Amino acid sequence: MSSLAKSGAWERLFWPLLAAGLLVAGWHYSVVWTATKVFPSPLAVEQGLAQLLRQHVLWRDIGDSLRRVALGFCLAAVAGVPLGLALGWYPALNQVVNPAVQLLRPISPIAWIPVAILFFGVGDKAAVFLIFLAAFFPIVVACVAGVSNVPSIFRRAARNFGLSPLQILARVVFPAALPQILVGLRIALGVAWLVVVAAEMLAVDSGLGYLVIDSRNSGKRYDLVVGAMLVIGLIGLALDVGFRQVEKLPSVRWGSRRES
Amino acid sequence: MGAAEAAAQAKLRMDGVGRRFERDGKSIAVLDGISFDVSDGEFVCLVGPSGCGKSTLLNLMGGFLPPTSGSILIDGETVEGPDPRRILVFQERGVFPWLTVEGNIAFGLAKLPKAERQERVAHYVRMVQLEGFERSYPSDLSGGMKQRLQVARALAVNPDILYLDEPFGALDSVTRLVMRAELLRIWQTERRTIVFVTHDIDEAVQLADRVVVLSSRPAKVMDILEIDIPHPRNISSPRYLELRDDLLGKIGLAHSV
Repeated sequence: MSSLAKSGAWERLFWPLLAAGLLVAGWHYSVVWTATKVFPSPLAVEQGLAQLLRQHVLWRDIGDSLRRVALGFCLAAVAGVPLGLALGWYPALNQVVNPAVQLLRPISPIAWIPVAILFFGVGDKAAVFLIFLAAFFPIVVACVAGVSNVPSIFRRAARNFGLSPLQILARVVFPAALPQILVGLRIALGVAWLVVVAAEMLAVDSGLGYLVIDSRNSGKRYDLVVGAMLVIGLIGLALDVGFRQVEKLPSVRWGSRRES
Repeated sequence: MGAAEAAAQAKLRMDGVGRRFERDGKSIAVLDGISFDVSDGEFVCLVGPSGCGKSTLLNLMGGFLPPTSGSILIDGETVEGPDPRRILVFQERGVFPWLTVEGNIAFGLAKLPKAERQERVAHYVRMVQLEGFERSYPSDLSGGMKQRLQVARALAVNPDILYLDEPFGALDSVTRLVMRAELLRIWQTERRTIVFVTHDIDEAVQLADRVVVLSSRPAKVMDILEIDIPHPRNISSPRYLELRDDLLGKIGLAHSV
């Protein structure tokens, strides 16, 4: 690791790019050598994606998926962060609510698809509801843990300076828990991106998940299936990298450093 | 001087203070009948064996815990809870890591107008010699700087009393010496009442006007020792060594290791 860490910027890019290149080459030659008629080669995938771009389908699907994730994730954050803070702040309340949370949390959002369609019909609302469910529980759990891990020394200092309970929550407990809350939000965003694909396969007729399933169903276009999968992977990566930038802000990055 | 007058003069009066904790259905006495006075502007050190309840005593004085018996009076009024007029400085990790040096010092100053707040912050940044680090975060400061920051944050709200709970205990021995000199300099310019908990005999003899010696649990006041050496103190003078030996003897330690 240390030799990689010390090397220059282009070297840090070189080895991962080489690995990716080898993977694509391995894929290409596997297709050529096995002479498969079903699985597409990298080149076929590239042409399939180019075709989608020309037909303006790809951008629309990306936009639809991102919009659903943004909506579901924001709703989950708006509901989950205050609830998590409250549960962490009042342990007695947490004891009452926690069993229900722990029961609902392990249920895959995919299992909710029939219920979502029952509630909201086939359409955007059902998909957004599923993403909300997927993101909600990791956010709540991270907030509860974040608040209960705030050292009592910080709360005592805040009381000493004459802050009211609400001020202590806003000026001490929230910022002290924020690094852990952000990790929870990042995990929730990752889960939301996983779930949007599944939701779109069943509950709506647009988006990247729909693109995957529709390409298969309408003429076994596996070049488009694999192309859509790659786009899903790239966007998921971009979301994660983007969110990690937030965790590097000076007022929260202390949380990821272990004090010596 | 009558008793009423003496009571009026004491800044802090501990009167038969006791504290018990309930643990596993048993009631354990931590402090038992602690009585002493601290006068205005005085520097008092509390020493005693580790785990004797020194920190509990500070928590009672700070109003974070109520005593189970006796009373604690500040300026003749019973302590009812934490108050910005008396600030507790913790051993370590007491500064807020999400705030800059400036943000930490300004923490207790939210009610002041902006200009006055900035002036106050700048004043205390200078006093604890953190110039150039105003926008640094605590993770970029050394242990000694973090403790100076904590003292600055406490002083900024203009408290009457500073309670310090082994504030230099986690620092290396050289930094600890520097910090003691710094604290004395600040105390001499600001003249606050200071109650300083330590288990370090040298620290107590170097800093205090008076040293309150506590016994092991349940802690009682064993002795109160006056350190009659003017500052700056020569730590190899006969009087210093005499007081130090005296104090060592009182907490039951021999003269040799």
